[in-house]
Amino acid sequence: MSTLNPARTAREYPARYRLEAARCEACGAIAFPPRLVCPACRGRKFAPVTLKPEGKVLTWTVIHVGPPSHRHEVPYALAVIELADGVRVTCQIADVDPAKVAAGMAVKLEFRRIQQDGEAGVIAYGHKAVPA
Amino acid sequence: MRDVAIVGIGLSRWGEVWDASLRTLWTEAALAALDDAGIDRVDAITVGSMAPGLFVGQEHLGGLLAGELGMAGVPATRVESACASGGVSLRTAFAEIASGLADIVLATGVEKMTDVSGDECTAALAAAADAELEVFPGATFPALYAMMARAHMARWGTTREQLAMVAVKNHRHGSLNPHAQFRQQITVKDVLSSAKVADPLNILDCSPITDGAAAVVLADMATARTLAHGRPIIRIAGVGQASDHMALQSRSDMTTLPATTAAAQRAFAMAGKTPADVHVAEVHDCFTIAEIIVLEALGLCPAGEGGRQAESGRTALGGALPVNPSGGLKSKGHPVGATGVAQAVEIANQLRGAAGKRQVPAARVGLTQNMGGTGASTVVHILEVVS
Repeated sequence: MSTLNPARTAREYPARYRLEAARCEACGAIAFPPRLVCPACRGRKFAPVTLKPEGKVLTWTVIHVGPPSHRHEVPYALAVIELADGVRVTCQIADVDPAKVAAGMAVKLEFRRIQQDGEAGVIAYGHKAVPA
Repeated sequence: MRDVAIVGIGLSRWGEVWDASLRTLWTEAALAALDDAGIDRVDAITVGSMAPGLFVGQEHLGGLLAGELGMAGVPATRVESACASGGVSLRTAFAEIASGLADIVLATGVEKMTDVSGDECTAALAAAADAELEVFPGATFPALYAMMARAHMARWGTTREQLAMVAVKNHRHGSLNPHAQFRQQITVKDVLSSAKVADPLNILDCSPITDGAAAVVLADMATARTLAHGRPIIRIAGVGQASDHMALQSRSDMTTLPATTAAAQRAFAMAGKTPADVHVAEVHDCFTIAEIIVLEALGLCPAGEGGRQAESGRTALGGALPVNPSGGLKSKGHPVGATGVAQAVEIANQLRGAAGKRQVPAARVGLTQNMGGTGASTVVHILEVVS
Protein backbone atom coordinates (compact mmCIF):
# COMPACT_ATOMS: atom_id res chain seq x y z
CA MET A 1 0.00 0.00 0.00
CA SER A 2 1.90 3.05 -1.20
CA THR A 3 0.95 6.43 0.20
CA LEU A 4 2.84 8.22 -2.58
CA ASN A 5 0.07 9.49 -4.81
CA PRO A 6 0.96 12.62 -6.81
CA ALA A 7 -1.37 15.12 -5.12
CA ARG A 8 -0.47 13.95 -1.63
CA THR A 9 3.23 14.19 -2.38
CA ALA A 10 3.00 17.55 -4.19
CA ARG A 11 1.18 19.28 -1.37
CA GLU A 12 4.15 18.59 0.92
CA TYR A 13 6.68 20.21 -1.48
CA PRO A 14 7.00 23.56 0.34
CA ALA A 15 7.96 21.90 3.63
CA ARG A 16 9.85 18.91 2.29
CA TYR A 17 11.72 20.60 -0.56
CA ARG A 18 12.30 24.09 0.83
CA LEU A 19 11.91 23.74 4.62
CA GLU A 20 9.18 26.39 4.61
CA ALA A 21 7.70 26.83 8.09
CA ALA A 22 5.38 29.30 9.81
CA ARG A 23 6.18 31.57 12.76
CA CYS A 24 3.22 32.35 15.03
CA GLU A 25 2.70 36.10 15.18
CA ALA A 26 1.30 35.83 18.71
CA CYS A 27 3.95 33.76 20.53
CA GLY A 28 6.81 33.34 18.06
CA ALA A 29 6.71 29.52 18.05
CA ILE A 30 7.54 27.94 14.70
CA ALA A 31 5.20 25.34 13.23
CA PHE A 32 6.79 22.89 10.79
CA PRO A 33 5.15 21.96 8.55
CA PRO A 34 2.88 25.03 8.68
CA ARG A 35 -0.51 24.54 10.38
CA LEU A 36 -3.72 26.52 10.76
CA VAL A 37 -3.46 26.65 14.57
CA CYS A 38 -0.32 27.28 16.64
CA PRO A 39 0.24 24.20 18.83
CA ALA A 40 1.81 26.41 21.53
CA CYS A 41 -0.81 29.19 21.90
CA ARG A 42 -3.64 28.43 19.42
CA GLY A 43 -2.77 31.59 17.49
CA ARG A 44 -4.03 31.66 13.91
CA LYS A 45 -1.79 34.26 12.30
CA PHE A 46 1.57 33.20 10.95
CA ALA A 47 4.44 34.69 8.98
CA PRO A 48 6.44 32.47 6.61
CA VAL A 49 9.95 31.49 7.70
CA THR A 50 12.55 29.23 6.12
CA LEU A 51 14.37 26.87 8.49
CA LYS A 52 18.16 26.84 8.70
CA PRO A 53 19.26 23.34 7.60
CA GLU A 54 21.50 22.67 10.58
CA GLY A 55 21.04 21.15 14.01
CA LYS A 56 21.99 18.37 16.41
CA VAL A 57 20.87 14.83 17.21
CA LEU A 58 18.58 14.56 20.26
CA THR A 59 17.89 10.82 20.15
CA TRP A 60 18.40 8.12 17.55
CA THR A 61 18.05 4.47 16.62
CA VAL A 62 19.55 2.13 14.07
CA ILE A 63 16.78 0.33 12.20
CA HIS A 64 17.58 -3.29 11.32
CA VAL A 65 14.05 -4.34 10.31
CA GLY A 66 12.71 -1.67 7.98
CA PRO A 67 9.39 -1.11 6.24
CA PRO A 68 9.20 -2.10 2.55
CA SER A 69 9.69 1.55 1.54
CA HIS A 70 13.12 1.66 3.20
CA ARG A 71 14.16 -1.99 3.42
CA HIS A 72 16.94 -1.61 0.87
CA GLU A 73 18.64 0.88 3.22
CA VAL A 74 18.95 -1.25 6.39
CA PRO A 75 20.70 -0.84 8.68
CA TYR A 76 20.00 2.88 8.70
CA ALA A 77 20.10 5.51 11.42
CA LEU A 78 16.96 7.51 12.17
CA ALA A 79 16.93 10.43 14.58
CA VAL A 80 14.94 13.23 16.12
CA ILE A 81 16.97 16.32 15.30
CA GLU A 82 16.66 19.74 16.87
CA LEU A 83 17.35 22.41 14.25
CA ALA A 84 19.03 25.72 15.03
CA ASP A 85 15.60 27.40 14.94
CA GLY A 86 14.38 25.14 17.75
CA VAL A 87 12.18 23.05 15.43
CA ARG A 88 12.46 19.26 15.69
CA VAL A 89 12.34 16.90 12.72
CA THR A 90 12.49 13.13 12.32
CA CYS A 91 14.82 12.01 9.54
CA GLN A 92 17.50 9.57 8.51
CA ILE A 93 21.15 10.25 9.08
CA ALA A 94 23.00 9.40 5.88
CA ASP A 95 26.66 9.27 4.82
CA VAL A 96 27.73 7.94 8.22
CA ASP A 97 28.48 4.61 9.86
CA PRO A 98 25.24 4.12 11.88
CA ALA A 99 27.34 2.86 14.81
CA LYS A 100 29.05 6.28 15.00
CA VAL A 101 25.84 8.29 15.54
CA ALA A 102 25.53 9.83 19.00
CA ALA A 103 23.36 12.32 20.88
CA GLY A 104 24.60 15.87 20.42
CA MET A 105 26.18 15.11 17.05
CA ALA A 106 26.12 18.17 14.77
CA VAL A 107 24.31 17.59 11.47
CA LYS A 108 23.12 19.52 8.44
CA LEU A 109 20.08 18.71 6.30
CA GLU A 110 20.56 17.82 2.65
CA PHE A 111 17.97 17.38 -0.11
CA ARG A 112 17.70 13.66 -0.86
CA ARG A 113 15.41 11.03 -2.34
CA ILE A 114 13.30 9.53 0.47
CA GLN A 115 10.96 7.01 -1.19
CA GLN A 116 9.80 5.91 -4.60
CA ASP A 117 6.70 4.05 -5.70
CA GLY A 118 8.12 1.27 -7.84
CA GLU A 119 9.74 1.75 -11.24
CA ALA A 120 7.21 4.18 -12.73
CA GLY A 121 5.47 5.85 -9.79
CA VAL A 122 6.07 8.96 -7.74
CA ILE A 123 9.58 9.69 -6.49
CA ALA A 124 9.34 11.56 -3.21
CA TYR A 125 12.15 13.84 -2.06
CA GLY A 126 12.83 15.50 1.24
CA HIS A 127 15.73 15.97 3.62
CA LYS A 128 18.17 13.65 5.30
CA ALA A 129 20.74 14.66 7.87
CA VAL A 130 24.46 14.22 7.25
CA PRO A 131 27.36 14.93 9.61
CA ALA A 132 28.10 18.68 9.68
CA MET B 1 -23.23 9.95 37.51
CA ARG B 2 -24.28 6.35 38.25
CA ASP B 3 -21.88 3.71 39.58
CA VAL B 4 -20.83 1.11 37.00
CA ALA B 5 -19.69 -2.47 37.65
CA ILE B 6 -18.19 -5.33 35.66
CA VAL B 7 -20.57 -8.31 35.76
CA GLY B 8 -19.14 -10.56 33.07
CA ILE B 9 -15.79 -11.20 31.41
CA GLY B 10 -14.65 -13.24 28.43
CA LEU B 11 -11.77 -13.88 26.07
CA SER B 12 -11.58 -15.62 22.72
CA ARG B 13 -8.70 -17.90 21.79
CA TRP B 14 -5.51 -15.81 21.45
CA GLY B 15 -2.50 -16.32 19.22
CA GLU B 16 -2.16 -17.20 15.55
CA VAL B 17 -5.71 -18.50 15.25
CA TRP B 18 -5.77 -19.44 11.58
CA ASP B 19 -9.11 -21.25 11.72
CA ALA B 20 -11.06 -18.31 13.18
CA SER B 21 -12.13 -15.09 11.47
CA LEU B 22 -12.52 -11.68 13.10
CA ARG B 23 -16.23 -12.26 13.57
CA THR B 24 -15.73 -15.72 15.06
CA LEU B 25 -13.10 -14.53 17.53
CA TRP B 26 -15.26 -11.60 18.56
CA THR B 27 -18.33 -13.79 19.04
CA GLU B 28 -16.34 -16.27 21.15
CA ALA B 29 -15.35 -13.47 23.54
CA ALA B 30 -18.82 -11.91 23.57
CA LEU B 31 -20.54 -15.23 24.35
CA ALA B 32 -18.01 -16.00 27.10
CA ALA B 33 -18.72 -12.64 28.76
CA LEU B 34 -22.51 -12.96 28.43
CA ASP B 35 -22.41 -16.50 29.84
CA ASP B 36 -20.17 -15.35 32.68
CA ALA B 37 -22.69 -12.63 33.52
CA GLY B 38 -25.59 -15.03 33.12
CA ILE B 39 -27.54 -12.75 30.79
CA ASP B 40 -28.73 -12.89 27.22
CA ARG B 41 -29.57 -9.29 26.44
CA VAL B 42 -27.72 -5.96 26.46
CA ASP B 43 -28.80 -2.39 25.78
CA ALA B 44 -25.76 -1.51 23.67
CA ILE B 45 -22.49 -2.86 22.27
CA THR B 46 -19.16 -1.08 21.84
CA VAL B 47 -16.38 -2.52 19.69
CA GLY B 48 -12.78 -1.35 19.95
CA SER B 49 -10.79 -2.18 16.83
CA MET B 50 -7.80 -0.38 15.40
CA ALA B 51 -7.63 -1.22 11.73
CA PRO B 52 -10.00 -3.97 10.56
CA GLY B 53 -10.19 -2.23 7.18
CA LEU B 54 -6.46 -2.72 6.66
CA PHE B 55 -6.21 -6.12 8.35
CA VAL B 56 -9.26 -7.87 6.88
CA GLY B 57 -10.94 -5.33 4.56
CA GLN B 58 -13.88 -4.92 6.91
CA GLU B 59 -15.18 -1.70 8.42
CA HIS B 60 -18.58 -1.03 10.02
CA LEU B 61 -18.00 -3.60 12.76
CA GLY B 62 -20.87 -2.43 14.97
CA GLY B 63 -23.62 -3.65 12.70
CA LEU B 64 -21.72 -6.69 11.53
CA LEU B 65 -21.01 -8.02 15.01
CA ALA B 66 -24.40 -7.25 16.56
CA GLY B 67 -25.84 -9.42 13.81
CA GLU B 68 -23.29 -12.18 14.42
CA LEU B 69 -24.39 -12.28 18.06
CA GLY B 70 -28.05 -12.54 17.10
CA MET B 71 -28.58 -9.05 18.50
CA ALA B 72 -29.43 -7.07 15.38
CA GLY B 73 -31.38 -4.07 16.60
CA VAL B 74 -29.12 -3.24 19.54
CA PRO B 75 -27.15 0.01 19.10
CA ALA B 76 -23.59 -1.09 18.27
CA THR B 77 -20.67 1.28 17.77
CA ARG B 78 -17.04 0.82 16.79
CA VAL B 79 -14.55 3.12 18.48
CA GLU B 80 -10.95 3.60 17.40
CA SER B 81 -7.88 4.97 19.12
CA ALA B 82 -5.11 2.81 17.64
CA CYS B 83 -3.82 0.33 20.27
CA ALA B 84 -5.98 2.10 22.89
CA SER B 85 -9.18 1.21 21.01
CA GLY B 86 -10.11 -1.40 23.62
CA GLY B 87 -9.67 1.00 26.52
CA VAL B 88 -11.71 3.63 24.73
CA SER B 89 -14.39 1.01 24.03
CA LEU B 90 -14.57 0.30 27.76
CA ARG B 91 -14.74 4.01 28.62
CA THR B 92 -17.49 4.56 26.04
CA ALA B 93 -19.55 1.75 27.55
CA PHE B 94 -18.91 3.15 31.04
CA ALA B 95 -20.19 6.56 29.92
CA GLU B 96 -23.37 5.06 28.46
CA ILE B 97 -24.26 3.48 31.79
CA ALA B 98 -23.01 6.28 34.04
CA SER B 99 -25.12 8.76 32.08
CA GLY B 100 -28.24 6.62 32.27
CA LEU B 101 -28.39 6.03 28.53
CA ALA B 102 -28.15 2.26 29.10
CA ASP B 103 -28.24 -0.22 31.99
CA ILE B 104 -26.23 -3.09 30.50
CA VAL B 105 -23.51 -2.68 27.84
CA LEU B 106 -21.24 -5.24 26.20
CA ALA B 107 -17.82 -3.57 25.89
CA THR B 108 -15.53 -5.40 23.51
CA GLY B 109 -12.31 -5.24 21.52
CA VAL B 110 -11.01 -7.31 18.63
CA GLU B 111 -8.18 -7.51 16.13
CA LYS B 112 -7.51 -10.14 13.48
CA MET B 113 -3.88 -9.54 12.50
CA THR B 114 -2.55 -12.72 10.88
CA ASP B 115 -4.62 -12.79 7.70
CA VAL B 116 -2.15 -10.35 6.12
CA SER B 117 1.56 -10.58 5.34
CA GLY B 118 4.14 -9.20 7.74
CA ASP B 119 4.62 -6.15 5.53
CA GLU B 120 0.90 -5.41 5.39
CA CYS B 121 0.67 -5.85 9.16
CA THR B 122 3.58 -3.45 9.70
CA ALA B 123 1.93 -0.91 7.40
CA ALA B 124 -1.39 -1.19 9.23
CA LEU B 125 0.28 -0.68 12.62
CA ALA B 126 2.37 2.20 11.26
CA ALA B 127 -0.89 4.02 10.55
CA ALA B 128 -0.97 4.79 14.29
CA ALA B 129 2.12 7.01 13.89
CA ASP B 130 2.27 10.34 12.05
CA ALA B 131 2.18 9.35 8.38
CA GLU B 132 3.89 12.51 7.10
CA LEU B 133 6.36 13.33 9.89
CA GLU B 134 7.40 9.86 11.05
CA VAL B 135 6.44 7.07 8.66
CA PHE B 136 7.44 8.93 5.46
CA PRO B 137 11.12 9.31 6.46
CA GLY B 138 11.31 5.63 7.46
CA ALA B 139 10.28 5.29 11.11
CA THR B 140 8.71 2.10 12.46
CA PHE B 141 7.04 1.60 15.84
CA PRO B 142 10.03 -0.21 17.30
CA ALA B 143 12.17 2.70 16.05
CA LEU B 144 10.04 5.31 17.79
CA TYR B 145 10.11 3.41 21.09
CA ALA B 146 13.83 2.78 20.59
CA MET B 147 14.38 6.54 20.41
CA MET B 148 12.37 6.95 23.62
CA ALA B 149 14.52 4.22 25.20
CA ARG B 150 17.76 5.97 24.19
CA ALA B 151 16.50 9.25 25.60
CA HIS B 152 15.46 7.55 28.85
CA MET B 153 18.80 5.75 29.14
CA ALA B 154 20.69 9.01 28.56
CA ARG B 155 18.66 10.95 31.12
CA TRP B 156 18.22 8.39 33.89
CA GLY B 157 20.92 5.79 33.37
CA THR B 158 18.41 3.07 32.54
CA THR B 159 20.36 0.05 31.29
CA ARG B 160 19.94 -2.36 28.39
CA GLU B 161 19.68 -5.19 30.94
CA GLN B 162 16.85 -3.42 32.79
CA LEU B 163 14.85 -3.30 29.56
CA ALA B 164 15.39 -7.03 29.15
CA MET B 165 14.25 -7.73 32.70
CA VAL B 166 10.77 -6.40 31.84
CA ALA B 167 10.44 -9.04 29.12
CA VAL B 168 11.85 -11.77 31.37
CA LYS B 169 9.35 -10.90 34.13
CA ASN B 170 6.38 -10.75 31.79
CA HIS B 171 7.24 -14.07 30.17
CA ARG B 172 7.53 -15.61 33.65
CA HIS B 173 4.05 -14.29 34.42
CA GLY B 174 2.73 -15.45 31.05
CA SER B 175 4.07 -18.96 31.69
CA LEU B 176 1.44 -19.14 34.46
CA ASN B 177 -1.39 -17.98 32.17
CA PRO B 178 -3.02 -20.75 30.12
CA HIS B 179 -4.35 -18.03 27.83
CA ALA B 180 -0.99 -16.46 26.93
CA GLN B 181 0.35 -16.63 23.37
CA PHE B 182 3.99 -17.19 24.44
CA ARG B 183 4.26 -19.26 27.60
CA GLN B 184 7.97 -20.05 27.46
CA GLN B 185 10.25 -18.45 30.02
CA ILE B 186 13.18 -16.41 28.72
CA THR B 187 16.41 -15.05 30.20
CA VAL B 188 18.15 -11.69 30.01
CA LYS B 189 20.75 -13.37 27.80
CA ASP B 190 17.99 -14.56 25.43
CA VAL B 191 16.71 -10.99 25.08
CA LEU B 192 20.16 -9.47 24.57
CA SER B 193 21.12 -12.05 21.95
CA SER B 194 17.82 -11.98 20.04
CA ALA B 195 17.62 -10.40 16.58
CA LYS B 196 18.10 -6.65 16.38
CA VAL B 197 15.00 -4.69 15.36
CA ALA B 198 15.71 -1.04 16.14
CA ASP B 199 18.72 -0.50 18.35
CA PRO B 200 18.64 -0.80 21.38
CA LEU B 201 15.45 -2.89 21.02
CA ASN B 202 15.64 -6.54 19.93
CA ILE B 203 12.83 -8.84 18.87
CA LEU B 204 12.33 -10.08 22.46
CA ASP B 205 11.72 -6.47 23.57
CA CYS B 206 8.65 -6.36 21.28
CA SER B 207 5.10 -7.61 21.79
CA PRO B 208 3.92 -10.10 19.15
CA ILE B 209 1.32 -10.09 16.37
CA THR B 210 -1.84 -11.69 17.76
CA ASP B 211 -5.39 -12.60 16.79
CA GLY B 212 -7.88 -12.21 19.60
CA ALA B 213 -10.91 -10.61 21.17
CA ALA B 214 -12.00 -9.65 24.67
CA ALA B 215 -15.34 -8.64 26.18
CA VAL B 216 -16.74 -7.39 29.46
CA VAL B 217 -20.36 -6.86 30.44
CA LEU B 218 -20.92 -3.61 32.33
CA ALA B 219 -24.03 -2.78 34.33
CA ASP B 220 -25.32 -0.10 36.66
CA MET B 221 -24.80 -1.01 40.31
CA ALA B 222 -28.42 -1.95 41.03
CA THR B 223 -28.45 -4.38 38.10
CA ALA B 224 -24.98 -5.63 39.02
CA ARG B 225 -26.16 -6.65 42.50
CA THR B 226 -28.84 -8.87 40.95
CA LEU B 227 -26.18 -10.58 38.81
CA ALA B 228 -23.50 -11.10 41.47
CA HIS B 229 -24.50 -14.70 42.36
CA GLY B 230 -22.21 -14.57 45.38
CA ARG B 231 -19.21 -13.28 43.45
CA PRO B 232 -17.45 -10.02 44.41
CA ILE B 233 -18.87 -6.97 42.66
CA ILE B 234 -16.18 -5.07 40.78
CA ARG B 235 -16.82 -1.36 40.46
CA ILE B 236 -15.14 0.83 37.87
CA ALA B 237 -14.12 3.44 40.41
CA GLY B 238 -12.18 5.76 38.13
CA VAL B 239 -11.85 6.46 34.41
CA GLY B 240 -9.35 8.79 32.76
CA GLN B 241 -8.42 9.49 29.17
CA ALA B 242 -6.05 12.01 27.60
CA SER B 243 -4.34 12.86 24.32
CA ASP B 244 -0.90 14.17 23.38
CA HIS B 245 0.92 15.42 20.31
CA MET B 246 1.05 12.57 17.80
CA ALA B 247 4.68 12.77 16.68
CA LEU B 248 7.47 12.11 19.15
CA GLN B 249 9.33 15.14 17.75
CA SER B 250 6.44 17.40 18.82
CA ARG B 251 6.85 16.57 22.54
CA SER B 252 9.16 18.63 24.71
CA ASP B 253 10.27 15.57 26.73
CA MET B 254 10.66 12.21 24.99
CA THR B 255 11.34 10.38 28.27
CA THR B 256 7.81 10.76 29.66
CA LEU B 257 4.21 10.09 28.58
CA PRO B 258 2.14 13.16 29.53
CA ALA B 259 -1.15 11.67 28.30
CA THR B 260 -0.65 8.69 30.61
CA THR B 261 0.01 11.02 33.54
CA ALA B 262 -3.06 13.12 32.75
CA ALA B 263 -5.30 10.08 32.28
CA ALA B 264 -4.07 8.60 35.56
CA GLN B 265 -4.63 11.83 37.48
CA ARG B 266 -8.21 11.98 36.18
CA ALA B 267 -8.87 8.34 37.05
CA PHE B 268 -7.34 8.59 40.53
CA ALA B 269 -9.29 11.79 41.22
CA MET B 270 -12.57 10.17 40.20
CA ALA B 271 -11.82 7.10 42.30
CA GLY B 272 -10.65 9.14 45.30
CA LYS B 273 -7.48 7.06 45.38
CA THR B 274 -3.73 7.45 44.97
CA PRO B 275 -1.08 5.25 43.32
CA ALA B 276 -0.27 3.83 46.77
CA ASP B 277 -3.75 2.23 46.85
CA VAL B 278 -3.10 0.04 43.78
CA HIS B 279 -2.51 -3.68 44.46
CA VAL B 280 -2.08 -4.92 40.89
CA ALA B 281 -1.75 -3.29 37.46
CA GLU B 282 -2.00 -4.27 33.81
CA VAL B 283 -0.08 -1.74 31.69
CA HIS B 284 0.73 -1.27 28.01
CA ASP B 285 4.11 -3.02 27.55
CA CYS B 286 4.06 -3.02 23.75
CA PHE B 287 7.85 -2.69 24.08
CA THR B 288 9.94 -3.23 27.21
CA ILE B 289 10.76 0.48 27.49
CA ALA B 290 7.04 1.27 27.46
CA GLU B 291 6.40 -0.51 30.78
CA ILE B 292 9.30 1.39 32.36
CA ILE B 293 8.11 4.83 31.25
CA VAL B 294 4.44 4.03 31.92
CA LEU B 295 5.10 3.08 35.56
CA GLU B 296 6.76 6.46 36.07
CA ALA B 297 4.01 8.34 34.21
CA LEU B 298 1.29 6.64 36.28
CA GLY B 299 3.01 7.63 39.51
CA LEU B 300 3.51 3.96 40.44
CA CYS B 301 7.22 4.71 40.87
CA PRO B 302 9.29 7.93 40.92
CA ALA B 303 10.56 9.45 37.65
CA GLY B 304 13.76 7.73 36.59
CA GLU B 305 13.11 4.65 38.74
CA GLY B 306 11.16 2.68 36.12
CA GLY B 307 14.18 0.67 35.05
CA ARG B 308 14.72 -0.62 38.57
CA GLN B 309 11.17 -1.90 39.10
CA ALA B 310 11.49 -5.23 37.29
CA GLU B 311 15.15 -5.56 38.31
CA SER B 312 14.32 -5.29 42.02
CA GLY B 313 11.41 -7.71 41.79
CA ARG B 314 8.91 -5.10 42.98
CA THR B 315 6.72 -5.54 39.88
CA ALA B 316 6.96 -9.35 39.74
CA LEU B 317 4.40 -11.70 41.20
CA GLY B 318 5.34 -11.91 44.86
CA GLY B 319 6.61 -8.31 44.82
CA ALA B 320 4.97 -5.28 46.40
CA LEU B 321 3.20 -4.20 43.20
CA PRO B 322 2.79 -6.96 40.59
CA VAL B 323 2.56 -5.46 37.08
CA ASN B 324 1.22 -7.43 34.14
CA PRO B 325 0.48 -10.68 35.99
CA SER B 326 -1.24 -11.88 32.80
CA GLY B 327 2.09 -11.77 30.97
CA GLY B 328 1.25 -8.38 29.52
CA LEU B 329 1.23 -7.57 25.85
CA LYS B 330 4.70 -9.10 25.61
CA SER B 331 3.79 -12.66 26.57
CA LYS B 332 0.00 -12.82 26.59
CA GLY B 333 -0.15 -11.25 23.11
CA HIS B 334 -1.32 -7.96 21.64
CA PRO B 335 -4.34 -8.08 19.34
CA VAL B 336 -4.26 -4.30 19.31
CA GLY B 337 -7.96 -3.43 19.49
CA ALA B 338 -8.64 -6.12 22.10
CA THR B 339 -5.82 -5.33 24.51
CA GLY B 340 -7.51 -2.59 26.55
CA VAL B 341 -10.51 -4.81 27.26
CA ALA B 342 -8.35 -7.86 27.97
CA GLN B 343 -6.49 -5.86 30.63
CA ALA B 344 -9.82 -5.30 32.41
CA VAL B 345 -10.58 -9.03 32.11
CA GLU B 346 -7.30 -9.84 33.88
CA ILE B 347 -7.83 -7.28 36.65
CA ALA B 348 -11.41 -8.52 37.15
CA ASN B 349 -10.07 -12.07 37.48
CA GLN B 350 -7.51 -10.86 40.00
CA LEU B 351 -10.12 -8.98 42.05
CA ARG B 352 -12.42 -12.00 41.99
CA GLY B 353 -9.56 -14.12 43.31
CA ALA B 354 -9.90 -16.31 40.23
CA ALA B 355 -6.48 -15.80 38.61
CA GLY B 356 -5.12 -19.22 39.48
CA LYS B 357 -1.34 -19.58 39.71
CA ARG B 358 -0.81 -15.91 38.93
CA GLN B 359 -3.18 -14.65 41.65
CA VAL B 360 -2.02 -11.55 43.52
CA PRO B 361 -3.00 -12.26 47.16
CA ALA B 362 -5.74 -10.05 48.61
CA ALA B 363 -5.93 -7.79 45.55
CA ARG B 364 -8.81 -5.36 46.04
CA VAL B 365 -7.81 -2.41 43.83
CA GLY B 366 -6.43 -2.78 40.31
CA LEU B 367 -5.43 -0.44 37.51
CA THR B 368 -5.34 -0.76 33.72
CA GLN B 369 -3.43 1.54 31.34
CA ASN B 370 -3.85 1.24 27.58
CA MET B 371 -2.25 3.57 25.04
CA GLY B 372 -2.26 4.27 21.33
CA GLY B 373 0.83 4.78 19.17
CA THR B 374 3.70 6.27 21.15
CA GLY B 375 1.21 7.61 23.67
CA ALA B 376 -0.86 10.14 21.73
CA SER B 377 -3.88 8.58 23.43
CA THR B 378 -4.12 6.85 26.78
CA VAL B 379 -6.96 5.40 28.85
CA VAL B 380 -6.67 4.46 32.54
CA HIS B 381 -9.27 2.53 34.54
CA ILE B 382 -9.25 1.89 38.27
CA LEU B 383 -11.24 -1.14 39.42
CA GLU B 384 -12.11 -2.08 42.98
CA VAL B 385 -13.98 -4.75 44.87
CA VAL B 386 -17.15 -3.43 46.48
CA SER B 387 -18.00 -5.03 49.80
